[in-house]
Amino acid sequence: MLLTRAERRRGIAWGLTSLACIAFFVGIAVIALLSWDVADAQSRLFTAYTWRILRFTLWQAMLSTLLSVGFALPVALALARRPDFPGRIWIIRLMALPMGIPVLIGALGLIGIWGRQGLINGLLLRLGLDQPVSIYGFSGILLAHVFFNLPLATRLLLAALERQPAEYWLLSASLGMKPLSVFRFVEWPAVRNVIPGISALVFMLCATSFTLVLVLGGGPAATTLEVAIYQSLRFDFDPPRAVALALLQIGITGIILVAMALLPAPDDHGAASGRASRRFDGRTLSAGLWDSCAVLAATAFLIMPLASILAAGLKADLWSLTTSAAFLAAARTSLSIALSAGLLTVLTSLAVIAGREAVADMKKPGITARSFAAMLAGMSSLVLLVPPIVLGTGWFLVLRPLGDVDRFAAALVAIINMLMALPFVMRVLEPALDTHRRRTARLSASLGVSGLSRLRHIDLPVLTKPLLTALSFAMALSLGDLGVVALFGSNDLITLPWLVYNRLSSYRTNDADGLALILCLICLLLTILGTTGRKGANNG
Amino acid sequence: MRNTIVSMFAVAAALSLSTVAHAQQKTLTVYTYESFISEWGPGPKVKEAFEKTCACNVKFVGVADGVALLTRLKLEGQDTDADLALGLDTNLVSEAKATGLFEAHGLHLAAVKVPGSYSDDTFVPYDYGHFAVVYDTTAMKSPPKSLKELVEGDPSQKIAIEDPRTSTPGLGLLLWVRSVYGDKAPEAWAKLKNRILTVAPGWSEAYGLFTKGEVPMVFSYTTSPAYHMVEEKTERYQAASFSEGHYIQIEVAGILKGASDKELAKEFLKFMVSPAFQDVIPTTNWMMPAAETSSPLPEAFDKLVQPQKTFLMGSDEVAKNRQTWIDEWLNAMSMN
Repeated sequence: MLLTRAERRRGIAWGLTSLACIAFFVGIAVIALLSWDVADAQSRLFTAYTWRILRFTLWQAMLSTLLSVGFALPVALALARRPDFPGRIWIIRLMALPMGIPVLIGALGLIGIWGRQGLINGLLLRLGLDQPVSIYGFSGILLAHVFFNLPLATRLLLAALERQPAEYWLLSASLGMKPLSVFRFVEWPAVRNVIPGISALVFMLCATSFTLVLVLGGGPAATTLEVAIYQSLRFDFDPPRAVALALLQIGITGIILVAMALLPAPDDHGAASGRASRRFDGRTLSAGLWDSCAVLAATAFLIMPLASILAAGLKADLWSLTTSAAFLAAARTSLSIALSAGLLTVLTSLAVIAGREAVADMKKPGITARSFAAMLAGMSSLVLLVPPIVLGTGWFLVLRPLGDVDRFAAALVAIINMLMALPFVMRVLEPALDTHRRRTARLSASLGVSGLSRLRHIDLPVLTKPLLTALSFAMALSLGDLGVVALFGSNDLITLPWLVYNRLSSYRTNDADGLALILCLICLLLTILGTTGRKGANNG
Repeated sequence: MRNTIVSMFAVAAALSLSTVAHAQQKTLTVYTYESFISEWGPGPKVKEAFEKTCACNVKFVGVADGVALLTRLKLEGQDTDADLALGLDTNLVSEAKATGLFEAHGLHLAAVKVPGSYSDDTFVPYDYGHFAVVYDTTAMKSPPKSLKELVEGDPSQKIAIEDPRTSTPGLGLLLWVRSVYGDKAPEAWAKLKNRILTVAPGWSEAYGLFTKGEVPMVFSYTTSPAYHMVEEKTERYQAASFSEGHYIQIEVAGILKGASDKELAKEFLKFMVSPAFQDVIPTTNWMMPAAETSSPLPEAFDKLVQPQKTFLMGSDEVAKNRQTWIDEWLNAMSMN
């Protein structure tokens, strides 16, 4: 009972408001689509085809998740053990990039390395192999999903490791623990808590993958439910069917995620002074070699496709591209949408967290309170499964009678981006806030520091960094999103990824490569902003 | 409260982005696809030329492509702002008519000249292109000379195609194979499958793979090489001429029932098949003009494949069978 009554009531109110807003936003879209009258409705929803793609969707998502998180673990452990690894901060920044690149650009970058004419096949050819190794098919999908999700998983795991109190490392060193014991008693407990959440996030991202699966899948045997949803809204224009498929997607994936969430995740928050972490372990040569290999392999895997994007982009006339009116307008649009979406996401996350905190603070939360907290958690992650095209189409129908949709389009895109970024930002902010509260709540309560002064003297100095990280995360995600705007179009709403697709669809591949490079650089800049002074993150 | 303030901020940002200062004169609102109105597309020139003759304002609204255009109209229904829709293709015509949103143009347009002499009481063609397999001459010395050769050729020479579930060219290839092979189409697909590197969601993705050198052939248009010859001064990319004939895509425009000024909309359709409009099409939309141009086409267009025979299915037939044929395609392509 560390919150005052007023604080607790406020927390619940915040949580309720965010829950209501999101439910309203999604609900209205769904209702609008369901009430659409389809003249020749296709009643056959659960055909063999639906089941086949459902099976494929889940199967590839499961394997992709396993690989992404599995490979991310050694990388995160190595990075955590080596705070002085050369270029460490840049490796971490690099890991934010795949999220911000439009998926197609990432796919072309991957193809530049792993494709038939790519670097790897070129090497193999020189070594005397005559048949090129093909990435098209299941392996290509997995490769691409690991490329996009391994960095995400690594960053989140690393954050969890870095939140371990400095005393643990000190103690494990003075006890002379072997690496295996350090892993068992210090590192594993830290990552065990976050692995289900991270896996769930990656699973959802892979389950809703669209472009990657089609471009690299090699044929319609590789089709996700998202493709079917897209098809039923675009070609068939059968909104109720799209909603039914979307519900199927949310339902099945939701069940799997709930099952995953039931895995035990014991609470493990020690009291700590919040002093800067120093690592004393891993001084042996073999540990050093292992860590270097893990980090270098992951970095190479990430950097090669990015380098191929860079090489392609440099061929474009970057100067005339960046000074063109079309680019400047699109950059302005993109940045204002990304900033709105980013701020919205951070605020919504804070509201959700406040609600959960208030419930957690109750002495004996009743069933209502507990299910409220569970709903907050569920909603803020499952919302990733709602296809943006469903939300966009639904809201178009709702807003259309109110006037020119162009006027609402930017706000709509910002809100939809907010929903997409919410699960990510929650995973950055919630643990940070949680740890911070555990470290300071008692002290603040006993000192009677609350409200604004607590915000100023206790919260902001520590939380500024995670907040900035969260904001840059959300902004990068929003920047790279092609968005529902592509489906409805509006002269005043041309974003950077939209511009990239535009050039591509008019044969101007060079310009598209150049713009993609610029987009990557903007994302890098954002990430730098989000990770400045990260080294001192634990200096409370 | 802060949530509300921020969402208001987002709405305000949206508002400030839209510019709404237009002179008080008649406005013709044309819904079309985005690449038509981009700075290098036909849109800006067309707008300028038509505004000179009409003392009006042309307002273009661009969506992703022809399919999205029809979706947008369905979503807006009777109270759409559109006076004209420009950019549907012949496959979508019957579906577009079924919405009941369009009105017969009532014009006699003798100027229109498209292969197969397509004509319709509601929709007027403004350009066309034949689908074709485009290949990279540096990677392929002997391209297939027929659809049969494409289907039965060396499976190590790959092609990137588009998905008929998500794109118009994808549907075009489906109909082409159907036109040539009839009921034997599934068998043809099962064979062609081995040559297909990947099935991209849309033309841009497939063509991107092609120009990156990843695949020596791509499913595109006979006019694609013209872009590379005119803009990039290279003859590297060429279309393969198929002896059976080529399937055609005709792009059309039509008047909406709710058009605010139908006479103005009709004027635009007449203008659309006049040289002032048609001159712009070849080197901006990279399609063939659907009527006379004032001067001969650029030299590069003489070098393009001229199909001996044109395939075009009636749009009713397409609308009726599309789902069945896509299902057949799915089965044939998913078999191992």
